[in-house]
Amino acid sequence: MTFNWDLVWSSFGPIIGGAVTGTIPLTLASFALGLALALLVALLRLSPNRALSGVARFYVSVIRGTPLLVQLFVIFYGLPSLGVKLDPWPSAIIAFSLNVGGYAAEVIRAAILSVPKGQWEAGHTIGMSRPQTLVRIILPQAARVSVPPLSNTFISLVKDTSLASLILVTELFRNAQQIAAFSQEFMILYLESALVYWVICLVLSTGQSALERRLDRYVAH
Amino acid sequence: MSPTEPSNASQGNSGLVLSARDLAKAFGSNVVLRGIDIDVRRGQVVALIGPSGSGKTTVLRSLNGLEVPDAGTVTFGDADAGTVRGSGAGLTLDFAGTVGKREVAALRDRSAMVFQHYNLFPHMTVLKNIIEGPLQVQKRPRAEVVAEAERLLARVGLADKRDAYPFELSGGQQQRVGIVRALALKPQLLLFDEPTSALDPELVGEVLGVIKELADEGWTMVIVTHELAFARQVADEVIFMDGGVVVERGPASEVLREPRQERTKQFVKRLQHDV
Repeated sequence: MTFNWDLVWSSFGPIIGGAVTGTIPLTLASFALGLALALLVALLRLSPNRALSGVARFYVSVIRGTPLLVQLFVIFYGLPSLGVKLDPWPSAIIAFSLNVGGYAAEVIRAAILSVPKGQWEAGHTIGMSRPQTLVRIILPQAARVSVPPLSNTFISLVKDTSLASLILVTELFRNAQQIAAFSQEFMILYLESALVYWVICLVLSTGQSALERRLDRYVAH
Repeated sequence: MSPTEPSNASQGNSGLVLSARDLAKAFGSNVVLRGIDIDVRRGQVVALIGPSGSGKTTVLRSLNGLEVPDAGTVTFGDADAGTVRGSGAGLTLDFAGTVGKREVAALRDRSAMVFQHYNLFPHMTVLKNIIEGPLQVQKRPRAEVVAEAERLLARVGLADKRDAYPFELSGGQQQRVGIVRALALKPQLLLFDEPTSALDPELVGEVLGVIKELADEGWTMVIVTHELAFARQVADEVIFMDGGVVVERGPASEVLREPRQERTKQFVKRLQHDV
């Protein structure tokens, strides 16, 4: 077997292009929406209202208890039979956001609970309402605790977006698949795409370390 | 007189700042308060003493709504000119009825609390800890609030710690910041919940010294404490609690030197033996 270096170099363009126009924006959009959803779900879970916390618990259970690929297919291929037809991109963003929302909700809930009760009390005694205490006192401290596990969620999401290739979203892995099918060089193309995912995750890990250092500036070392 | 010192300091001990009646509270089947009365006058220092589990901390927390009693009333008198917190007319909460969030907030707005474990905000510098309430809640001008915070920090000997984070401070320094944070709110009443119990013995003195100065300046205070010698020095009235009731109350000199009740005698004797 002769190694096809020309193909290696010529295919990097479309693969990285797929990362830049597909994988990365899909990840960022889904993670941002997912985090907002997760905060809401975490707060519902912590609510003394049983109906609200029950709804949140059910949501988390369904998301964590079913495969992401199935969730993606239900939204893209399933919903049209109910008259809801979504394009690949919106379908993918909805599925990934819902998924992040379920996992990150548990992380955020645990992080909020990890802040000592005395911090709530101190917030109240300086006159703050519950929402004010949550935003100014509790969440900044919870953020520090939740960065490592949320980074895991984030990095998993980067890789999970490859599943979007199965609902026709043009992203990194779909481009690699198409070139592979055309050139029949499966090993080269799939290793290349693996490398690009890995590099993205390395960059994210570095970012995670920097963020942790920043958030750790107020704790003893 | 500087703005943080209560304007009532020179007015004698006439008016009632706070009056609590028949406070009752149970946690499940555990009854912790069985009808407590407390009056606090302007400029008065009241020390709550008693064995652990006697309910003294619950009383203190009830006075600013951190605990909501099952029954009883808490009344605050008209505020003084110098206070920002709870400015305006008097306020009565009757806990036998339903007490809403807004009422608890109004009650809380009268006083400021110093906690046993300081409860400083670890993600904020010393200065930010102090100005957070005045700035975010009381909406006072930033320049004024910062100047005030710096003055108060200097007073407790921590001017150079302005930009430090709480973890960089000793327990005694953290508690002095906790006291400044309470003072910065300009409350009618200062509440101290065992302010030295979490401190190493050699750090207790610096915190008690600050509290004593505040007492001398005329601040109105309720202090839960195990430091009997300190209570004798600063308190105008000592209330000895046990089992959710007030066993004995009176001037510090009487309750701590010549207690009448057997339970008080034993408690005072035991604590003095420990020293």
